[in-house]
Amino acid sequence: MAGVAAFDEMGREGEPARALYRKVARWLEETPAELLASRRAQAEYMFRRIGITFGVYGDKDAAERLIPFDIVPRLISRAEWRKLEAGLTQRVKALNMFLTDVYGARRILNESIIPPELILRNPFYRPEMIGRRAPHDIWAHIAGIDIVRVDDESFYVLEDNARTPSGVSYMLENREVTMRLLPDLFARHSVAPVDDYPDELLACLRSVAPRQDRSEATIVVLTPGLYNSAYYEHSFLADKLGVELVEGRDLFVEDDQVFMRTTLGPRRVDVIYRRVDDDFLDPLVFNPQSVLGVPGLIGAYLAGNVTIANAVGTGVADDKAIYSYVPDLIRFYLSEEPLLKNVPTYRCREPDGLKYVLERLDQLVVKEVNGSGGYGMLVGPHATQAQREQFAAKIKADPANYIAQPTLALSTCPASFDKGVAPRHVDLRPFVLSGADSVRIVPGGLTRVALKEGSLVVNSSQGGGTKDTWIVDDIEDED
Amino acid sequence: MLARTADNLFWLARAMERADYIARTIEATLRLEYLPKTEGEKTGEWEGALNAAGAYDSFIEAHGDLDEENAVEYLTFDRSNPSSICNCLENARTAGRAVRTALTAETWTAINDAWLELKRFEASHRFSRPMDRVALTRFLDYVKKASLDFDGSCYRTMLRNDAYWFNRLGIFIERADNTARLLDVKYHLLLPSTEQIGGSLDYFQWVAILRAVSAATAYHWVYRDRVKPWLIADLLILKRAMPRSLISCYESIDRALDSLARDDGRSGLAQRHARAMHARLERASMTQIFQGGLHEFITAFIEDNARLSSTISEQYLFT
Repeated sequence: MAGVAAFDEMGREGEPARALYRKVARWLEETPAELLASRRAQAEYMFRRIGITFGVYGDKDAAERLIPFDIVPRLISRAEWRKLEAGLTQRVKALNMFLTDVYGARRILNESIIPPELILRNPFYRPEMIGRRAPHDIWAHIAGIDIVRVDDESFYVLEDNARTPSGVSYMLENREVTMRLLPDLFARHSVAPVDDYPDELLACLRSVAPRQDRSEATIVVLTPGLYNSAYYEHSFLADKLGVELVEGRDLFVEDDQVFMRTTLGPRRVDVIYRRVDDDFLDPLVFNPQSVLGVPGLIGAYLAGNVTIANAVGTGVADDKAIYSYVPDLIRFYLSEEPLLKNVPTYRCREPDGLKYVLERLDQLVVKEVNGSGGYGMLVGPHATQAQREQFAAKIKADPANYIAQPTLALSTCPASFDKGVAPRHVDLRPFVLSGADSVRIVPGGLTRVALKEGSLVVNSSQGGGTKDTWIVDDIEDED
Repeated sequence: MLARTADNLFWLARAMERADYIARTIEATLRLEYLPKTEGEKTGEWEGALNAAGAYDSFIEAHGDLDEENAVEYLTFDRSNPSSICNCLENARTAGRAVRTALTAETWTAINDAWLELKRFEASHRFSRPMDRVALTRFLDYVKKASLDFDGSCYRTMLRNDAYWFNRLGIFIERADNTARLLDVKYHLLLPSTEQIGGSLDYFQWVAILRAVSAATAYHWVYRDRVKPWLIADLLILKRAMPRSLISCYESIDRALDSLARDDGRSGLAQRHARAMHARLERASMTQIFQGGLHEFITAFIEDNARLSSTISEQYLFT
């Protein structure tokens, strides 16, 4: 996808910086390269020392790696943020209503808004939950919505992560590190704080507790354990929330109630913020081989004695096939126009879509609806004529299995390297908390950055890094 | 607190304490090795050191031949020795990661820094074996400092709640065990009759014992006398002022268990057992201990101490 002219959030080289970034641009200009280098080294040292690492499965010695951190902050103006915030709130509300509907009345299927097989044959659909309502109709208590920007005006949602989205610890730690390393630059901006995220999360989890007296509710974070790649985040969150970090073996179920084993004997648990996938939660109901889960947990949940966040079955809303329908879901459930755009998606199951896609195979990315990790995919602009013809035949044979999207030019931001400052592609993952009482979004999120030149892949497993994200008051011209 | 957390805190503290003790034992043994010896004078110092570290049998099984290089390697970097310094620090960090939420940032940083440094030592050790004496000294200094940092950060930054008391229990039960093992290995040197038969080598053996528990200076402050073996035994068993003495460890164990019982409102077998051991030490005199047999006294103590450890595990559901 090289060659696509990307929008640079600071402004293109040779042009004056956008107003929002003026102070950052001046700071980058004025700061000697050696100082930037020493800040980079300090940042790495701080991360290693605190032990913010992510693990790699099955690789004992290389087991702990650092996700690279780029010291140049990524800026978003308050006005832009307010729009994002409204759009995110709307989107997550619709997703929660969709989940209530899918496991309940199925209006969405009955009224043919979504083809039934997309749900009923979805690998994350949980028939065990049919006819069940999540407490307060909240399923996705914590959602991470991936957003990309393509120009001055437009933000697109790239993905909805509604199962166990991770990365929020980086949002918080990145801020700590920037505040310590770049205090002057930080002070020159009016940056919205993010450090109330743990309190907001706690309030959110408390609001969905099954007990009457919610202030007494016992909340825990459930982790698969030390060797999970996101273990650092699990322990970080438990610590900031001031709640126990438990593993499956610390919990047991008796009379449909969940208890944890403490030094003072069993203690009742009311809310489980789980970072374990559905499949491993309860060997009695799901994967019987699982040792990460708690036998009887789902029974306790169905009896209404414990709240699981995110709820079991939420994965159906976090799926490529469903993604393209989210704007329709918003119209259907909220009778509102979507505030945040989806990346335009053409569904080959629909005759118009199929025609459009087949005519423009050289411009589009075509994906299998249930494929992942880049398999079964055609990148039109990079493919040969023969490959495109071959793929066209596959699409025609089974149109329902394919969707297509235009190639997007993700915006870039300046990043600091040994050889100097250079633009790199970024995305943004804000975290949306849905409680019984309200939707909460801390102003900010995790900015992921593709550190390899020209790369659009921001995933940490493929050379991606992170940046601190500043939501700043709109800058008035000072000079 | 989660039972698993308590378990990890307890063993984490034991591992850090043990690493320190093994480092000191190696140091003291090296000093003995430096002493001029007459022909045919074999001191069996490394055998003693391995015994004091509870690693003699497994060492012989793994290596057969006993020499300084093998013994030092076994006690420091050898991963096949469960009590090697390396394994102690590695286990401490694994336990620490599992209970990060129960540790203060300072305590975690102390553990993690120690581990990061360990990785550097291991990496350079891989390229230059055996370790020369200078590098070894630097390594042992680092281990002692790591343990000090850990202990100090716990003491200075942890809330005085159950997490702290389980940490203290780990430290003092391990320390009592270490001191007792050292006494057990060297008891024959400490009997009152030894003064007559001992040559100058014995004198340095005694001093080495003191060094292993960082008490060489303390001895002189307490007794204001030249080193006499039975006074060493007195210092390490019954002197309350000596932080590694058995009685001092039990004073701390007793206090930690009492604090737990007070906070929980529940007292059990562990509290009774510790109180009884503490009381026995308070009533004891060296004369009486020597009469009953120093060896017998120490062996019984090691067993009682281990029993307390498992009683704590049972009472607080680790097992």
